[in-house]
Amino acid sequence: MVKLLRLIRPFRASIVVVLVLALAQSVANLYLPRLMADIVDQGIVPGDTTRILSIGGLMLLVAIIGTVCAVAGSFFSSKIATGFGRLIRGRIFERVAHFSVHQFDHFSTASLITRTTNDTTQVQSVLIMILSMVITAPMMAIGGVALSLSQDVRLARVLMAVIPILALVFFLIMRKAVPLFQQMQIKIDKLNLVLDEGLTGVRVIRAFDRGAHESRRFAAANLDLTGTAVSVNRLVALLMPAMFFMMNVTSVSIIWFGAVRINSGEMHVGAMMASLQYAIQILFAVFMVTAMFVTLPRAAASAERINEVLDVVPDVTDPPQARTPIATRGHVEFQNVTFQYPGAEEPALSGVSFTARPGEVTAIIGGTGSGKSTLAGLIPRFYDVNEGRILVDGVDVRDMRREDLRARIGYVPQKAVLFSGTVASNIRFGRDTATDDEMRHAATVAQAAEFIDTMPDGYLSPVSQGGTNLSGGQKQRLSIARAIARRSDIYVFDDSFSALDFATDARLRAALKADTTDATVFIVSQRIGTVMGSDRIIVLDDGHVAGIGTHAELLTSCEVYRQIAESQASLEEVA
Amino acid sequence: MSAERTAIRQSAPPQSMFGRGPMGAVGMPVQKAKDFKGTLRRLSRYLQPHKPGLIVVIVAGVVATLFSVVGPKILGMATTKIFEGYLARVLRTSNAGIDFAYVGSILSMLIGLYVVSATFQYLQQYLMSGIAQRTVYAIRRDVEAKFGRLPLKFFDSRTHGEILSRAVNDLDNISSTLQQNLTQLITSVLTVLGIIIMMLTISWVLTIVIVLTLPLSVAIVATIAKRAQGFFVRQQKALGQINGHVAEMYAGHAVVTAFGHETRAVATFNDLNEAYYEGAWRAQFATGIMFPIMMFVGNLGFVAVAVIGGVLVTRRAIAIGDVQAFIQYSRQFSMPITQLSSIANTIQLTVASAERVFELLDEPEEPVEAAGALAAPRGEVHFDHVKFSYTPDVPLIEDMTIEVRQGQTMAIVGPTGAGKTTLVNLLMRFYDVRGGSIRIDGVDIRELTRGSLRRMFGMVLQDTWLFAGTIRDNIAYGRDGASEDAIVEAAKAAQADHFIRTLPDNYATAINEEATNLSQGQKQLLTIARAFLADPAILILDEATSSVDTRTEVLIQGAMARLMRGRTTFVIAHRLSTIRNADLILMMEHGRIVEKGTHQELLAAHGRYADLYHSQFAGRVLQEVEETLSS
Repeated sequence: MVKLLRLIRPFRASIVVVLVLALAQSVANLYLPRLMADIVDQGIVPGDTTRILSIGGLMLLVAIIGTVCAVAGSFFSSKIATGFGRLIRGRIFERVAHFSVHQFDHFSTASLITRTTNDTTQVQSVLIMILSMVITAPMMAIGGVALSLSQDVRLARVLMAVIPILALVFFLIMRKAVPLFQQMQIKIDKLNLVLDEGLTGVRVIRAFDRGAHESRRFAAANLDLTGTAVSVNRLVALLMPAMFFMMNVTSVSIIWFGAVRINSGEMHVGAMMASLQYAIQILFAVFMVTAMFVTLPRAAASAERINEVLDVVPDVTDPPQARTPIATRGHVEFQNVTFQYPGAEEPALSGVSFTARPGEVTAIIGGTGSGKSTLAGLIPRFYDVNEGRILVDGVDVRDMRREDLRARIGYVPQKAVLFSGTVASNIRFGRDTATDDEMRHAATVAQAAEFIDTMPDGYLSPVSQGGTNLSGGQKQRLSIARAIARRSDIYVFDDSFSALDFATDARLRAALKADTTDATVFIVSQRIGTVMGSDRIIVLDDGHVAGIGTHAELLTSCEVYRQIAESQASLEEVA
Repeated sequence: MSAERTAIRQSAPPQSMFGRGPMGAVGMPVQKAKDFKGTLRRLSRYLQPHKPGLIVVIVAGVVATLFSVVGPKILGMATTKIFEGYLARVLRTSNAGIDFAYVGSILSMLIGLYVVSATFQYLQQYLMSGIAQRTVYAIRRDVEAKFGRLPLKFFDSRTHGEILSRAVNDLDNISSTLQQNLTQLITSVLTVLGIIIMMLTISWVLTIVIVLTLPLSVAIVATIAKRAQGFFVRQQKALGQINGHVAEMYAGHAVVTAFGHETRAVATFNDLNEAYYEGAWRAQFATGIMFPIMMFVGNLGFVAVAVIGGVLVTRRAIAIGDVQAFIQYSRQFSMPITQLSSIANTIQLTVASAERVFELLDEPEEPVEAAGALAAPRGEVHFDHVKFSYTPDVPLIEDMTIEVRQGQTMAIVGPTGAGKTTLVNLLMRFYDVRGGSIRIDGVDIRELTRGSLRRMFGMVLQDTWLFAGTIRDNIAYGRDGASEDAIVEAAKAAQADHFIRTLPDNYATAINEEATNLSQGQKQLLTIARAFLADPAILILDEATSSVDTRTEVLIQGAMARLMRGRTTFVIAHRLSTIRNADLILMMEHGRIVEKGTHQELLAAHGRYADLYHSQFAGRVLQEVEETLSS
């Protein structure tokens, strides 16, 4: 929390203003009982009505000043807190936007979303509380004690005895309650998880006739949560009665000890009445401060989660002195490349070497987890290699600016990702400057033109968030069209054809081949049919290259490839 | 699924230890219930079993409030006595000074009152905790039980977010309202009434002064709340856009990065962030000034009481202690008033929530089931003149008759999106036929319990489904109380044993919430293992092998073939070998069965199947493979 609050620097001036205003507001609020004491002692006792009225006027003035200060303070603290939220949110988003793919996966999408939205809101609202209450509360408490001391030292001792007791009671209750609240939150999450799984897996649950089992799981979680909720609420139920009781006892004590002091002529009645007011204001302030300590841990947890994101130093960065290749043709060379995911025991790729030239199609085939997608991701520098190097037109990709490198690559991910907007805006995501003709051409090559034309608004048809209004195959074809619209030197298709049926797959590859005669094309696939026409097929097995060659060569020379081919032949052979 | 769950949590109000603050709900736009009274009545039915407890809660509330409301007046009596003694001393009318015996007895009585008040206040809260939580427990239990009885149609026609929002957010609302606002409502109303009565017993002039501040504060709160509502709407709208943008950009992170759109994404975000800020600080400001302004109104009353009271005291119209009591009352007065205005909002919100929950509970359920069961199912399946459609006006299956004998394989073929899952839906009775019947071993499946029917089937669905738990638990899901050996055996059969043993804790490895620690292929293998363990009479394979890589696929196919031996099998697949070897092929298009027969029969018919077959499976590619292999 403290670490995160360092970012508040730009708001320093405003914070000083808020502090001053809070001080003025506290002084005003504390001054009122004092003035009331004057009414009693200087107005009522001597029976001076004009004095009462003039002090009353002064009270009104003080009340107005206090309110103006409070409103102004609220103005500034609202701006500071929401401004700080804006600042952090912006920082996180910017940082995450520049994460490498691996760093991103480390957190998971859902968790990063929560950190960007939920956690910042949490910190923001705690900051508001701090600025509006935590700042004034100690001022009220200290000022109140000081003023009651000035009224009467002995009577003030009552207060000084009560404040620590109140704080202690509160603290003891909360020390027990806070862990219970945390437990409760965990149990709520658990319950929701069971519920969510029940919804997601409703078919499976019913298919396995496990409804009763799921109900038992839910009932257990429900009961567990209810038990904790009851005990935590019962514990917290102690707070308010305890607090009011303490306040009331304090009032009674003040009256009693005040009476003694008055009787001995050491104190005025007005002063006693003022002390009564102070006591309530002070105790309320103490209550607020302690309450703040309770909400702090949650905000601290949020702050911690935010810091985790902000602390990540992007691991794929631009070199200080970027190089640009002299020839820009798209020549790609892997030189003894080894890559290991941080924390993984085994490298995902080891000792991979090959060269891919413009005008050639290089296919990568292999089983699940063999490192195909990893290899594809290394070309646009989603990750950096651990050993060896990757050269594009003779320049190590780490020596190039990422923007320059990626501008030359048309990448199509395994799972099609579209953005809300229109069909056109999604295709133009590849290249803003693509003309209508170029866009149509890209769609035609990607075998998407046909279905786009049947859509009511053609290229201007809306695409919903995540492309949920399109089928899997349609999304994939738009995702391919997007890459083609980029007119790149290098294309990377990361298993992008699997959502397409065989016929579309074949047509698309034929159109693509005609369109990318000068480009270096990488195709990752599990289908023999997709890769067999390639100039070069790289067979991966557990991160190692099991063979490189053409289809015909590999069938005779590579055992792994032959197995794959056999399996698919037996699955797809002609009757 | 998890992203959705996160979204739900985001929209849920944060669980606060002190519930919603007194100003929390003021100004927030409120969704109103359609049938306020009816819903309230129904909600109160859930409270019915706790009637005795609730009565005690109300009585305790009354006692606590009464005892605390009389406090200031009695305290004022002590002050008056002290003042009189003081005056007497100052004016030297007597030597007695302060009557300590009197003051002492008043104060000890007060302490007694406060003890009683605090005890009852605690009792009230204590009892309410149990009642509130148990009530919500019961509603939650009913909601979950309802989920078990709802037909699949319900789940298919709604997003998870929609359903979860009712089960989570709406129940949360009910829970915190029952916990806090119900007792607050009782106490606030009683306090306001009590204070007015107490004030009237002291001085009607001062009472009028205080009560006059009431419309003032109501007017101020209403004005601010109205302005604030606009800001809140603006803030919420911007927040929604931010969340949307963040979710979209994060979900597409790799693509955004690959296409170099980071800077643009950040720029868009900054615009939205700015818009949010503009709404948020105003909304915050409007809420923030509510308290100081209410306090100002309170202070106005305070000043008025001090001045007018002071004048009245000098005229001997009231005692000094009464002024003090009045000051205390006026301070206590504004708090319940503000609380009441926010409680009104909260209660509306809660009733709207309760209404949504009750709507869910009122959804039509699956028809009541028969009690039949098959002791040793052979797995003969007979579709007898089956008629079916999801919506009455779009008929899907008009008149289908199929007979599948024990151990036979039926392949269901068709382009993607042909609605092949319809057959599964019917077989498993996820949906009921609209005409004709489906019989297993000659028994209409509607005469069987759904459980016994479904236990006859082993399913591997296209969407793998794992839950947070260990690998072992996930496999054992197929059969209650399966032994460790059986689990390992099933995993071996599904070719999952090997990868499981490479995981850090083998079979005890926990699958995390999003199952991100497993690849798609591995998840698929686990669900296959689960089906192996279940050892059913009839198998349904729903493109089970499509996301497993080809090499593993070969191994699974072998194991599947073993598993399929002697079992009736329905395969939704596009693998030719499976289709070719099937005893019967159903060719489906747009949800309808267009052809049925064996591979040879359908090829000879030159119909849709033959077209599909030629476009998808036949070709140069495979011949070449064949040739190379044979050479």
